Amino acid sequence: MSVVFEKTQLLTDKQFHYCPGCNHGIIHRLVAESIDELVKEGKLEAGNIVGVAPVGCSVFAYDYFNCDMFEAAHGRAPAVATGIKRAKPDTLVFTYQGDGDLASIGTAEVVHAAHRGEKIVTIFVNNAIYGMTGGQMAPTTLVGQKTTTSPYGRDEAWCGAPIKMSEMLSEVPGSYYIERCAVNNNANILKTKRAIKKAMQYQLEGKGFCMIEVLSTCPTNWGLNPVEAMKWLEENMIPYYPLGVYKDKGAEQK
Amino acid sequence: MVKVTINEIVCKGCGLCVRACPKSVLALSKTKLNAKGYHPAEVAVPEACIGCASCARTCPDVAIRIEKE
Repeated sequence: MSVVFEKTQLLTDKQFHYCPGCNHGIIHRLVAESIDELVKEGKLEAGNIVGVAPVGCSVFAYDYFNCDMFEAAHGRAPAVATGIKRAKPDTLVFTYQGDGDLASIGTAEVVHAAHRGEKIVTIFVNNAIYGMTGGQMAPTTLVGQKTTTSPYGRDEAWCGAPIKMSEMLSEVPGSYYIERCAVNNNANILKTKRAIKKAMQYQLEGKGFCMIEVLSTCPTNWGLNPVEAMKWLEENMIPYYPLGVYKDKGAEQK
Repeated sequence: MVKVTINEIVCKGCGLCVRACPKSVLALSKTKLNAKGYHPAEVAVPEACIGCASCARTCPDVAIRIEKE
């Protein structure tokens, strides 16, 4: 019998604390598998990986990855990652952040990290809501979307339009590779993994700031079951947050 | 022959694997409950499995292991 699929060694045996159907688990696995493949290809030493966990639902990410992890203050993961990468340039440094962490309290950190062209990889998980605190409106919440703090739906005149981080950071001169992905079906899961691995390869080659935005569901706070939430993501989120490569300086040079 | 092993302790019964399977091999158990209180996924029609690993790739809890002969 040959193994077609099994859990990667880069994930610990600890069970995820996420709600049923939460996409964080899929994205954790993709990050871990990408690192695992780079180690197996000999491009990276197994002890030379540091991840920076955020505040949000994925606050316990440090328990799940089988590499060195650092827990940053809310939104400050890119600043912490900057320090780690500058002190240890041979290390693969990635941050794993949600939309409350990256697009709200930590916007300044990520914009400046991109402007400085820090050689880090940011995994940005966008689920259009504040999950951990109980489903409040986030900067990424869609217009008309109901949350606990926007019970009549987000009003654009009052709250503004949802922030598009990938488009914004692709305009920054220091950013190197920006792509938006989703994990709603098999094809997109494979594309997301390819994007994450490519970003990590760019970092190992000493290129600039890379960010992979991954659209995710939040079945609990959206008030849908996991399968309906995936459908809602396809029908509502993907049209507003179009998938694709927003910037790839590596491909432009070829 | 494809062997699909579902870790029922870890499974949260979200049903994403059932949605992802192109051959409708998987189903959520109607009789079993795990320690977390969820109905875990089970292999309902094992002979229909083609070993594509779509279920395993979409499982948010990495609870599925697939072996092929």
